[in-house]
Amino acid sequence: MISFISYFVNGLSLGSVYALIALGYTMVYGIAKMLNFAHGDVIMIGGYVVFTAVSTMGLPPAVGILLAVIICTVLGVTIERVAYRPLRGATPLAVLITAIGVSYLLQNLALLIFGSNPKSFTSVVTVPALKLAEGKLTISGETIVTIITCVIIMIALSMFIKKTKAGQAMLAVSEDRGAAQLMGINVDGTIALTFAIGSALAAIAGTLLCSAYPTLTPYTGSMPGIKAFVAAVFGGIGSIPGAFIGGLLLGVIENLSKAYISSQLSDAIVFGVLIVVLLVKPTGILGRKISEKV
Amino acid sequence: MEKKHKTPAVSMNKTTVNNLITYGIVIVAFVIVQIVNATGNMSSLMTGLLVPICIYAIMAISLNLTVGILGELSLGHAGFMCVGAFTSSVFSLSTQDALPAGIRFFLAILVGAAAAAVAGILVGIPVLRLRGDYLAIVTLAFGEIIKNVVNVIYLGKDETGFHFSTKNAMDLNLSENGMVIMNGPQGITGTPKDATFLAGTILILISLVIVLNLIHSRTGRAIMSVRDNRIAAESVGINITKYKLMAFTISAALAGTAGVLYSHNLSALTATQKNFGYNQSIMILVYVVLGGIGNTRGSMIAAVILTLLPELLRGLDNYRMLIYAIVLIVMMLINWSPKCIEFRKRHSLKRLLGKKEVA
Repeated sequence: MISFISYFVNGLSLGSVYALIALGYTMVYGIAKMLNFAHGDVIMIGGYVVFTAVSTMGLPPAVGILLAVIICTVLGVTIERVAYRPLRGATPLAVLITAIGVSYLLQNLALLIFGSNPKSFTSVVTVPALKLAEGKLTISGETIVTIITCVIIMIALSMFIKKTKAGQAMLAVSEDRGAAQLMGINVDGTIALTFAIGSALAAIAGTLLCSAYPTLTPYTGSMPGIKAFVAAVFGGIGSIPGAFIGGLLLGVIENLSKAYISSQLSDAIVFGVLIVVLLVKPTGILGRKISEKV
Repeated sequence: MEKKHKTPAVSMNKTTVNNLITYGIVIVAFVIVQIVNATGNMSSLMTGLLVPICIYAIMAISLNLTVGILGELSLGHAGFMCVGAFTSSVFSLSTQDALPAGIRFFLAILVGAAAAAVAGILVGIPVLRLRGDYLAIVTLAFGEIIKNVVNVIYLGKDETGFHFSTKNAMDLNLSENGMVIMNGPQGITGTPKDATFLAGTILILISLVIVLNLIHSRTGRAIMSVRDNRIAAESVGINITKYKLMAFTISAALAGTAGVLYSHNLSALTATQKNFGYNQSIMILVYVVLGGIGNTRGSMIAAVILTLLPELLRGLDNYRMLIYAIVLIVMMLINWSPKCIEFRKRHSLKRLLGKKEVA
């Protein structure tokens, strides 16, 4: 029982990271109607920035994280401006392949700059581990911080979208881009803002991910990115609570199947669950069904 | 093809000529390689690349059928290659003593293609119900599942028949003369090296015949109508699921054939992220995109050039993928950005007018 709780909590922690990454995917999909395949690699860049700032340059972790957030935000907006905006109105396939190209570009830039040797990431979390049930159950500081951060960000993001003008503009653009433009909303600006928020979240997710799993390579972001994307689809892509639920579920399923079924098959199980969910409910758990007009 | 015309055409029509050019390119390339090889001007590096070139050309032809003709993005194509590679290797290893090499390889190709086709049907039935991005991600998921599952299969053979396990090689309980065929993450070792450049070229030609004839047939036009306007196709009575599944299965079978070549070209076969993961699927997608989505000949040529390029630019090895990425992005922007399309249209018109004046 104790071990089950331990696996479950670790799953929640991993799931929180997935949820943070999935938020970026799902917001961009909801508003720009495109899959930003390069999102996972923005996470990796965030990880490298924190690594360089903290381990190489000896800056305090808080400054490192702030730097990562700023650099990733700029990176996200630049990618949108250079690679995605010119393709607005083109077929989704073209945009998707461009995004794959951007993903390759980021990976190989990181490979050239930092080399292929894995870097060991020093955890930025200083919270002590929590011991429960007379010391039988240990919950690491990283786990606690990850879960709390994720919950805070979720609440803040929901408030932002509900209460602010920019948030309302994002909702309007995702609902109907043309109508939003007619109402005087700056559509390009709103999409850029979405990329900025998504990339900032990716930087935080990257820091948390690397703190919990401390090896950093140019490909660190790609698998969690794919998984988080699965989580976003799982919860219903375009839906923010869906990304949260999808991320947590995915993390828990992955950790439990690693512990109780087979560690080699855990990825297969995660993807299998995705397929089953999509077959039963083709728009994900919280996705809306949009009827097709002829 | 000519039979469909009401008046018998004396000269060949445009598509036939086009197809013949495509076949011609393959045959001429083959002959040139043979001549260079015979005169001893081929480096050992190039010789080693001949079969991979065939593999990726077939993969590009195959994926082009799914992406270009059917219009569905598949990100799990390497998964079908994986199925073809492993089933054919198992077949070749278990019949190594019973069959002569030529017949064994021929049968191995059939086995690999059939297994991949079955996988294509199994994956296609659920996947093709989805659309667009969802379909892309589910094919990616299937590709990863196939790769993962292959890594936990242990298969052995002795006098009593096949033994199967998902735990480890010891669990197979093989007799003393038994042989472990699939060894989990270690994969398959000792597959006979049957794949030759000749076999690869013949397989490219067969793939081309299948795909080109399919495209220009009634079935092909039905498939393309599903791509161009699903609702219109459905309303004129085209069975969408049937044609989608048909194209997807053929595409999977061709990928399986490429897998057979792959496994019979290596002495050790393992399923890793690099050879059968989504990275490989994306790599093949790059061939298709650079060759021109929907253009079979273009995809094939792009596959050949991009397989050769890194070897020709060995000094740039670190920058190779960077160049790939940039080329991919720039190509997509030039080809698809609404502004660029408009710019090109205006310019080509001007050029056309200019030429007329000269003439």
